[in-house]
Amino acid sequence: MIERKLLLGDEAIAIGAIHAGISGVYAYPGTPSTEITEYIQASAPDVRSRWCTNEKTAMEAALGMSYAGKRSLVCMKHVGMNVAADAFVNSAITGVNGGLVVLAADDPSMHSSQNEQDSRFYGKFAMIPILEPSTQQEAYDMMKYAFDMSEKLRLPVLMRIVTRLAHSRAGVVVDDAMAQNELNPDNERTHWVLLPGNARRQYASLVAKQPELMSWSLSSPYNKQAVEADKAPVGIVACGIAYNYVMENNPKAMGIPVVKVSQYPVPESLIKELAQKCDSLLIAEDGQPLVEEQVKALVGSDYKVKGRLTGDLPRMGELTPDCVGEALGIKVEQTFAAAQNVMPRPPALCQGCGHRDVYDALNKVVAEYADARIFGDIGCYTLGALPPFRAIDSCVDMGASITMAKGAADAGVHPAIAVIGDSTFTHSGMTGLLDAVNDGSRITVVISDNLTTAMTGGQDSAGTNKFEAICLGLGVDPEHVKVVVPLPKNMEEITRIIREEIEYDGVSVIIPRRECLQTLNRKLRQKRAQQ
Amino acid sequence: MKKDIILAGVGGQGILTIATIIGDAAAVAGLSLKQAEVHGMSQRGGDVQSNLRLSTDEIYSDLIKQGTADLIISMEPMEALRYVEYLNDEAWVVTSSQPFKNIPNYPEEQQLTDELAALPHVASLPIEDIARQNSMPKSANVILLGMAARYIEILTPEQLRQSIARVFASKGESVVQLNQQAFDLGLNAVK
Repeated sequence: MIERKLLLGDEAIAIGAIHAGISGVYAYPGTPSTEITEYIQASAPDVRSRWCTNEKTAMEAALGMSYAGKRSLVCMKHVGMNVAADAFVNSAITGVNGGLVVLAADDPSMHSSQNEQDSRFYGKFAMIPILEPSTQQEAYDMMKYAFDMSEKLRLPVLMRIVTRLAHSRAGVVVDDAMAQNELNPDNERTHWVLLPGNARRQYASLVAKQPELMSWSLSSPYNKQAVEADKAPVGIVACGIAYNYVMENNPKAMGIPVVKVSQYPVPESLIKELAQKCDSLLIAEDGQPLVEEQVKALVGSDYKVKGRLTGDLPRMGELTPDCVGEALGIKVEQTFAAAQNVMPRPPALCQGCGHRDVYDALNKVVAEYADARIFGDIGCYTLGALPPFRAIDSCVDMGASITMAKGAADAGVHPAIAVIGDSTFTHSGMTGLLDAVNDGSRITVVISDNLTTAMTGGQDSAGTNKFEAICLGLGVDPEHVKVVVPLPKNMEEITRIIREEIEYDGVSVIIPRRECLQTLNRKLRQKRAQQ
Repeated sequence: MKKDIILAGVGGQGILTIATIIGDAAAVAGLSLKQAEVHGMSQRGGDVQSNLRLSTDEIYSDLIKQGTADLIISMEPMEALRYVEYLNDEAWVVTSSQPFKNIPNYPEEQQLTDELAALPHVASLPIEDIARQNSMPKSANVILLGMAARYIEILTPEQLRQSIARVFASKGESVVQLNQQAFDLGLNAVK
């Protein structure tokens, strides 16, 4: 049955994947990708959907499901691609059996991220097809197309979206669901055992497939001449969501031809035809100038190509209809000047949050040590960098608190303290803790356990109830694994324990444990609603 | 016909509920709609906004161009001012007059009032006080929607009222009635 629904981009992708017959979704929460998996968890009981420990385990499990002949989806935010990269790149070498789609949600302008890397580079690097929807409807439609293409080419397919698509709602027409694939494990060991001899053959086969990928791109329903025009001073190549900002400026009325690109490899002949009709090209793409660089190589150095590299569009940050309009000579017309009395309002830790008590305690103790350094990590508790706490000295990537504290301690920093959340610890902190234990590094690790993955909205945390056992199993001395309840009334006990553990010449772990207020309140509301 | 609306507030004040109600009414009315939301870190007490675009024709951009928005609906006066460069010359600003002060350098309230008053079309009321006085402390956002209802134009107040019934249906009849009452309070407070 065909019906029209109002959907977030993430929800359109979730329904598209369910309708494409996936048997599993594998993911670690990360803004702006989280809602895809949440939607599948809530609406498709016959699809395996529990959260994974990190993006690498997710990618590998999805590849295993594909090996077994079934369709699987992996979802992550852009920086998750770095974690999954080993498995991701090699999945292009093994190839797939059941359809495999990797969904990377990029965050241009870094609304909730530490960088704005462009995942399309990963797709190009791995030499696989990339899809980049412009609309929520395309996001839905592309899932079936992506899984079919993945099975026909026997390659994983990367779908790249951006925050504006993930977290924007629009009407989407949805169709019926397909049946899931039957179990059908691959018997071709030479494809899957990447010993050098096999790997060379597999890589040669991937290279040989590249012309086929180009012909898919050229005949793709998602790549097309979207606005026709004859001779024009400028033509536009509009990629993914940038297409919307181009169309908002009505290029048709200006006689500007537009080629829409939503599938890669870059459809070369389509762009060459456009270049022949125009005196110059404007490349509109959200993220980094991937297409701009390729088009420059395609049309030669005499031909004028404009975009983010030339300053016609901003070098960084997400595109807007205003900046794309300006690149086309349309001035931004403000009726009212920006207001004078507006201050930035940064986010903050919730009132009553246990992380607040952890930072209060740490600040009290480190005030006694001139050389103390606190290495932070990724999560709500990164907000401890802001006033009133100003407590952390670094935040780089998932798990880096422990390993950076270790490296700094190796260099002679003392006290070297790591603050890491429960979910981040199981994501990427455990291996670093093992390094520290084996090296006998003098560090104090604070695992601030709020029993959930809070920053992304309260998803289950992989290590809940297992942290003491994990630390002991990794070899931390049982005398130096301490659990406290982060509440103001326990401040004396907490600060005493921090002092003692800082003075210990080895690895110690302090686990302040108190449930996130957001998830606690949500559970109480649900309980009340059930009564 | 089109209507470009900016919803503004502080994380947790309920602007996404306003967006959901308008979105539902637009979907039932068969309008085209795009609504860019804010999820993630800024929901923890930071400034949040949503671009809500309604039209009888196809909408391309999820984001509104500067100088073209028809309406700001804001749960907080300073947050209303954050987006004035997006307004067109006919636009309305419908806002709560009550500040939410969770930053140390929050401006003088009089300065905010003056700057709002300098705009040609503003409706401003202490919606949280009104909500408390009417024993509906959680419905301040729906009072605000009521205040804005007659400026949305592309949808009638009655269409929005019906949408409230659908959006809150799962929470029971008494919650629906309370929110429709809140909506009417706002609607009748501005003329």
